[in-house]
Amino acid sequence: MPARVRQDASDYQQLAQSHTPSRPILRNTVRAFLVGGGVCVIGQIVLLLFVRYGHFSPKEAGNPTSAVMVLLSVIFTALGVYDRFAAWAGAGSAVPITGFANTMASAAMEYRSEGLVLGVGGNMFKLAGPVIVYGVVSAFFVALARYAIQHL
Amino acid sequence: MQAGWEGFLYAFLVGGAICAIGQILMDSLKLNPGQVMVILVVAGAVLDGIGLYDPLIRFAGAGATVPITSFGNSLVHGALAEMKLHGLMGVITGIFEVTSAGISAAIIFAFLAALVAKPKG
Repeated sequence: MPARVRQDASDYQQLAQSHTPSRPILRNTVRAFLVGGGVCVIGQIVLLLFVRYGHFSPKEAGNPTSAVMVLLSVIFTALGVYDRFAAWAGAGSAVPITGFANTMASAAMEYRSEGLVLGVGGNMFKLAGPVIVYGVVSAFFVALARYAIQHL
Repeated sequence: MQAGWEGFLYAFLVGGAICAIGQILMDSLKLNPGQVMVILVVAGAVLDGIGLYDPLIRFAGAGATVPITSFGNSLVHGALAEMKLHGLMGVITGIFEVTSAGISAAIIFAFLAALVAKPKG
């Protein structure tokens, strides 16, 4: 590579770097904290409703609460609201289970045009799949470790 | 789980803190949300393995069950519960036992959403 081109390339990289917005970590983190905390407060309200009116014990109420949070997330995803909200909230909308449901609903909707079987069925887990794969594999090894500790 | 307004406060603080950790991972290690979700799920599984996640749920309620870390925690819970009954085979048969609600609901509702809604934007 001639020196002149190399010079241009490194100039370009510098220029590109100076124009890449730096990630304002503090602001993003505060937003994630507020939104994530808010989503969990909504979850807590749903949980208490299940305990009070559904006769679930506080421990059992976690599962139906997850299902309701998933439903709410899918509804807001279908209305096109969740993704706009996610752009502002960052991890605050991705980390709660609502974010997991959002990735599934948005992938399903997006690939609808490629058909119900290969489009919707084949792509629903495109983004959510890694979470399930690594969750199950790590749970397997954690349980195995517990088994080994108990039986040694 | 804490009763009264303290329950909401602890849910807010703990849930917010887990999301803040996710955001810091995203920004400082330049990860995308999918990678952060994977890290948190594994973290939840490991924390449950060493017995720390259940006390967090008792303290913060939905603040600990709504973030994706609880998915890892529930996978381990299902595996350990069946392991007690059936030994090693129970690890395989039990993994999805507790998380069934969240995953089934997500599959069913996401499918219905794809039938009725068009992607926006």
